[in-house]
Amino acid sequence: MSMLKVTDMEVYYGVIQAIKGISFEVNEGEVIALIGANGAGKTTILHTVTGLIEPKAGKIEFEGKDITKTPAHKIVSMGMAHVPEGRRVFAQLSVYENLKLGAYTRSDKNEMEETLKMVYKRFPRLEERKNQLAGTLSGGEQQMLAMGRALMSHPKIILMDEPSMGLSPIFVNEIFDIIQEVSAGGTTVLLVEQNAKKALSIADRAYVLETGNIVLTGAAKDLMNDESTKKAYLGE
Amino acid sequence: MSFLSYLINGISLGSVYAIIALGYSMVYGIAKMLNFAHGDVIMIGGFVVFTATSATGMNPLLAVLLSVVVCTVLGVVIEKVAYRPLRNASPLAVLITAIGVSYLLQNVALLMFGANPKSFTSVVKVPALNLVGGDLIISGETIVTIVSCLVIMAALSMFMKTKPGQAMLAVSEDKGAAQLMGVNVNATISLTFAIGSGLAAIAGVLLCSAYPSLTPYTGSMPGIKAFVAAVFGGIGSIPGALIGGLILGVIEILSKAYISSQLSDAIVFGVLIIVLLVKPTGILGKKISEKV
Ligand SMILES: Nc1ncnc2c1ncn2[C@@H]1O[C@H](COP(=O)(O)OP(=O)(O)OP(=O)(O)O)[C@@H](O)[C@H]1O
Ligand SMILES: [Mg+2]
Repeated sequence: MSMLKVTDMEVYYGVIQAIKGISFEVNEGEVIALIGANGAGKTTILHTVTGLIEPKAGKIEFEGKDITKTPAHKIVSMGMAHVPEGRRVFAQLSVYENLKLGAYTRSDKNEMEETLKMVYKRFPRLEERKNQLAGTLSGGEQQMLAMGRALMSHPKIILMDEPSMGLSPIFVNEIFDIIQEVSAGGTTVLLVEQNAKKALSIADRAYVLETGNIVLTGAAKDLMNDESTKKAYLGE
Repeated sequence: MSFLSYLINGISLGSVYAIIALGYSMVYGIAKMLNFAHGDVIMIGGFVVFTATSATGMNPLLAVLLSVVVCTVLGVVIEKVAYRPLRNASPLAVLITAIGVSYLLQNVALLMFGANPKSFTSVVKVPALNLVGGDLIISGETIVTIVSCLVIMAALSMFMKTKPGQAMLAVSEDKGAAQLMGVNVNATISLTFAIGSGLAAIAGVLLCSAYPSLTPYTGSMPGIKAFVAAVFGGIGSIPGALIGGLILGVIEILSKAYISSQLSDAIVFGVLIIVLLVKPTGILGKKISEKV
């Protein structure tokens, strides 16, 4: 069954159309990569799906429910988490307080403690630095915090916007390992990446976006060997 | 001894400024707007207590409670009706609306209560404190004001550690990211206005108990000074509001006592300008440092 289904979605910023009627779906358990050049509209798509922006046309369904007009704060409690572009951790709050905010929609304290343990296990650095202000973490640590914070809501699907941006190669590998672990743990993943090669290497399927249109889609393996994708996105 | 008693008066006035400044600061920090009607909510708070006690003979403490409720509701309604529709408008449009709301409240009060000053009966029943063999007298109002301010500060600092408090801090840093955590931004902003306006009611009662003349314009000057105090201490910061308020009150009373009562306001604003030249974010204001 498709977990997330987007149909003919159009998004405008004022009079400028950023997304020109796209459709895609994410099935339960999949890792889906959304790739495309700067300004193609990847962030806009994620923001629209999680309810931060309202689409002008089209339909967004999550587990069969229409969430096109559902406000962002309600979508979180339905089981969708979003690791935003640029991390956007709460700089003035501690690591621990950031993680607790990630679990804002949950009421069961014990379950929350369980998830916190799991997050600390996955990101030992966060536990070491739990009382440090998030704004003083390094870029890579902030990325881990942003991911940990999203996991704290115990999501069914997690949307990640360029998690490898600005990170050194070792950190990039670490982040991609974690994405695979999250996926192996049963969470569905929609991954937006500039690093198309890396993204395709862990994804099941992918969509290629060009100025607001989906121009190519298929199994990640096939796209990796596709001549035009190679030229345009893989730098080969 | 007179210096000490001036100092205590300054701290007392400063405590009122601090309570008002808190409302300014919290609203600014979370809704990113200057609520210039905040001072007039103080005046409404004063009139509610005045009317309740003089017209119906209500118990003063009950009247204070009623005033807090009325102002809390008023603050939430003002936000919902006047400011929420402008959530995505330019800051200038919001500022002008706030000034409009301020005039509206003043004129409604003028219509209902007239322009003649009402003499406010202090709600404080605490006896004055005689120290140093009667050389230093601290009035009951002063004691209640300073204690209220400290209690409010402590309560608010604790509140900020709770879930709704953390949601407030999250909204003040990044509305979008807060929404992605599941925080209802509109509800959080309403809560902020509720708290700020409830505090304004308390400030109004304390102010009128110490300076018992109540007119529709009673709130405007303390409102502006509390705004100065908030900027002084670092707008958006809770301890900043406390420190800013206290310093402002002390400077005002000392310059009234030792320099000139006409010049005291000029001195207050002059000090503000110097502080802002040296430290543009105010005493405790922090520059938000973000790594990208
Ligand atoms: N708030 C906004 N107002 C107006 N235009 C916007 C806004 N946000 C994005 N856009 C425009 O919409 C288009 C898509 O932007 P978007 O951020 O979705 O791209 P992206 O694929 O995420 O790019 P990048 O890889 O650089 O992050 C761009 O042309 C951008 O200029
Ligand atoms: Mg982007």
